Parts: sequence; C-alpha cells; structure tokens
Amino acid sequence: MAFELSPERAERLEALLGRYPNKAAACLPLLHLAQEERGCVDAEVVAFVAATLDVPPGRVESVASFYTMYDRRPVGRHHLRICTNLSCSLMGAEHLREQLAGELGIRPGETTGDGLFTLSEVECLASCGTAPVMQVNDDYHENLTPESLRKLIADLRAAPAGGG
Amino acid sequence: MERVVTRNFGEPGVHKLAVYEQRGGYKAARKALGMPAADVVAEVKKANLRGRGGAGFPAGVKWGFIPKTDAPKYLIVNADEGEPGTFKDRALIEKDPHQLVEGCIIAAYAIDAHRCYVYVRGELVRAARILQAAIDEAAARGYIGKRCFGRPFELEITIHRGAGAYICGEETALLESLEGKIGEPRLKPPFPASVGAFGRPTIVNNVETLACVPHIIERGGDWFAALGTPGDGGTRVFGVSGHVKRPGLYELPVGTPLRTLVFDHAGGIRGDRKVKAVIPGGSSTPVLLPEHLDAPLSVEGLKAVGSMIGSGAVIVMDETTCTVRAMWRLARFYRHESCGQCTPCRVGCGWIERILHRIEGGLGRESDLDLLRSVADNMMGTTVCPLGDACAMPTLGFLDRFRVEFEAHVQQGKCPFGGVLG
Repeated sequence: MAFELSPERAERLEALLGRYPNKAAACLPLLHLAQEERGCVDAEVVAFVAATLDVPPGRVESVASFYTMYDRRPVGRHHLRICTNLSCSLMGAEHLREQLAGELGIRPGETTGDGLFTLSEVECLASCGTAPVMQVNDDYHENLTPESLRKLIADLRAAPAGGG
Repeated sequence: MERVVTRNFGEPGVHKLAVYEQRGGYKAARKALGMPAADVVAEVKKANLRGRGGAGFPAGVKWGFIPKTDAPKYLIVNADEGEPGTFKDRALIEKDPHQLVEGCIIAAYAIDAHRCYVYVRGELVRAARILQAAIDEAAARGYIGKRCFGRPFELEITIHRGAGAYICGEETALLESLEGKIGEPRLKPPFPASVGAFGRPTIVNNVETLACVPHIIERGGDWFAALGTPGDGGTRVFGVSGHVKRPGLYELPVGTPLRTLVFDHAGGIRGDRKVKAVIPGGSSTPVLLPEHLDAPLSVEGLKAVGSMIGSGAVIVMDETTCTVRAMWRLARFYRHESCGQCTPCRVGCGWIERILHRIEGGLGRESDLDLLRSVADNMMGTTVCPLGDACAMPTLGFLDRFRVEFEAHVQQGKCPFGGVLG
C-alpha cells in the first residue's frame, strides 16, 4: 500500500510548507515527519516525499542516504545510539559499547531478534561535559557508568510498548 | 567574574518568557528596534564580537556585508553543534532559549531580514522542543510576528531540524541542507552575505554569538569589548571535557589562561594525575602540551602556540591516554563525516584513519609516520571547505607533539597503553 501521512501529520506538513520559499526546502522536515509515521524511510516514503515536493525521487534518495538519522530499515523499539567519540571514550565509552554488545548479543548496526533494541555507535552528540552519553530514541542519558547502563537497559526491557 | 550569556543558567523557570523578562530580558530587543539598524550594527562592531562557532570572524563586520537593498534577506542560526568536545550551544538553547530568540530579533532587525531559520542539529530533540516553546511564547506576546514589539518590523522564526551530518555545521553546507539538499559545501566566493539561502543575502551566526548580542545592545559595545582582549571582545563559554575533576561549561573572559580554566575552574586532573595533552578548541584544533598551558584563550593567544580557539571546547587527556588511539578516534570521525565532494578529503580522511588504525593495532611501519605527514600535507588547503584541514591539522599536531609515542607503537608492534581509551 502506498505511503500516506496521517491527517494530523498532513496538517503539520501544510504548516511546514508555508515556512519556506519553495517546496523542495521541506525535504528534511518532511522526511522526519514521514519517518515518525512509518518508522523508517523506505522506498515508498521516498516516492511519497518526491511526489509531494515535486522533486525527482533520486534527489530524495540522495538526501535520505546522506543523513544518518534517516533509518532506511525498521529499527528496534529502543534505538540506542552510544557516542564513542573522543570525550566519551576518555570517560569509558569503549567499555560501555562492549558491555552493551555483550548484554544485547548484537554488534553496532544490528537489532535484537525480539525487535526491542537497535544498537548504533554514533559520533559526538554535543554532550561531552556529561560523558559518556547515549541517546535512546529522543532522550539523552548522560554520565553513564557500567551500573547505570545496566539499570537503563533493564528499565527499557521492562518498559511497556509505545513508552519510548 | 560576571557571567554574561550564562547569567540565567540555573534560574528556575527562566525558559518561560515572564521569568526571562523579570531578569531583564527583551529590554535590549525593545531598545534595538527603536534604533536605526546601522547603529545596531555599529554597536556590535564596536564590541569586537568574534564568531563563536569556530572561525572567529567579527560578527558586526559580517553583518555589514549585507547589501542595502529591498531584496529578501535571511538570518540563519547555526545550532548544528557537532564539533567533538563542544556542548555549549545545546546548553545555551536548553537553559535560556529566550536569550537566543532575543538575539535573533536584534540581528534580524540589524540586517533587515524578515525570515530567520534556526538550524538545530537533528539529535537535539529536547533543545528544539524548548526553543519552539520559547518562539511560540514570544510570538503570542507580539515580540515576533507582523509587528515585533508593535513596531513596523516583521519577523518569522522557523526551526529547521538537521538529520545527522557534521558537515552541515559548515555554513554553506548548512544552506544546502536548509534548501533540502545533501550537505555539500559551496565554493566561496560568493559569500553567503551576497548569495546565501535560496540565492539571497544571508547571515549565518552561531548560537553563542547571537546570545551575546542582547547584552551588547543593552550595555554597550565598549563594555563588551573591555571584557575581552583587544580585537576579541567579551566572554566565552568554554566547555571542558575529558580527564578533569569537574567537566562542564565555564564562562570566562576571552584571554583567560588555559591553565586557569583547566585547574581552577575544572578542578585539575582526575586522580591528580599529570596532564599529557590538551585540545584547546574542539577536535579540529592542534593538540597542546603541558608547557602551553599558560597560553591565553583568545584567537591570537592560541595562534601563538600553533593552535586555534575554535569553538572553545577543551578536551583534556591525562598521562594514561594513548595519543595514537585518540587521534585515530578523531580520524574515524572525519572519515565518517567527510561529504565526499572533494577527493583530497574523501580519500585523505580515510587514508589517515587506516594508517592510524594499523599503527594503533601494532601493524604500523616505520614509513607510516612520513606517509601520514604526506597525506595530511596534501589535504591542507586543497578542498572546498575546511573539513579536510580539520582532519589534517590535528593529525600533524599529534604527530609532531607525540612522535615518540607513534614510534613506540611501531617499534613494539602493539599499543603500549593496552589498546583502549578510558
């Protein structure tokens, strides 16, 4: 079935388009909106965005593949993005990455079989003063320790579906 | 020391307009909108406010480049904070969003822009939410809109979220991204002040730069200039991370010695170990040694010791740190973030990353040290934007200042520090 935005998001799109001097400029925000709706940016989303903004699908595809935050495949309910850039690594992020990989049984870039967790190793999240940091979906978890990370994962496992 | 742009940090409820106004907020915007725009620009020039994003260009001079025509103009706020070590703009937005909104109103008025886009890094969902609430509140009060503060000046402020690309912090890549494209930097000239967003005259300013503006208007350019050093006015929000006892943000006068920041404010080195290396201005700036700690934190002061103030992000490494691994990690970042448009950067960042990886992994050769230098030299100044330089400069810095450690890796065939950071 072809992709469409929910009425609520379609309204947000309308408001968005009025903010730019041309439709093509809304490519990034619309991809964000569409990803919210579908959970990832797949071929149908790309086709939808291209048709909505009146730009070639190839251009949308290039944008979707250039920026790291567009998930090209479905991700787990909890997307764990652990920063291992310098400030975080100086504070132990390399150890935390290994701890996560061990506890979840996956490597960065993979999703657990139950669909609960996707693990990504990411670049600096602008939280170096409270390193090490991990982003879980939209939220930052700062000053992580092996213990606080273990507890965080346990809490996420116990969180009800839809609870982010 | 009096805090300027972080003066409201920790004030309960200051993200609400009423509290911000009780603290003296929006007085400067009211004042500015009653002044001729040229006088606003002149005041900022007088303040010697240099861009806080990394390049350090004088903000008032930049504003002065905007042509005096009726054509649409744009103000863009660069909130695409992503330089490793840097975390000040996120805090400035989250902890005092109205200060940024007020800075935007004044700057937009000064350059006669009626549309302002705040390009917020995609990951900073919370910051974007807080800023949107502040924008909505200011609009509801009539501070933004058809007639800002009841005066004949119209302004609309829109948050444009990025989607994960460090290169979009480079101002022309940011403009491409704002236009809905991949973040490939543009050749300059033309500079954005003549041909910027959507082909129109555009000013791109960093968050902290704009956060300074209300204070300059309220208290005068001379006052602001006097806080800093000649030609480099005001305070800066320095971010300290790494092996210090109290990592965090410290707002200090421009020209404060690096040692004062690291030892007096950030509490010195964890476990009272020895300091080995300090990156003074974000990951793109060449690393310094303990003997450089008395350098003043200013554009000129750090230039004198072969580095740069950049974004004011100080990364401290103690004596247990492997500098080869540290540089390898940074090179991985640049390889990942190179947009790929220019061959020296696309190929060079990858090459540097792979050479450092094999040295760190114990498979380096004697010739690798010269090879690193050769690759880095060939990247410098050969690309459209400074990302290639941003990888080459710290590579040369680490290599020059820690050559003995690089050699030890090659000679021992392993990382003498155990092959892990932290």
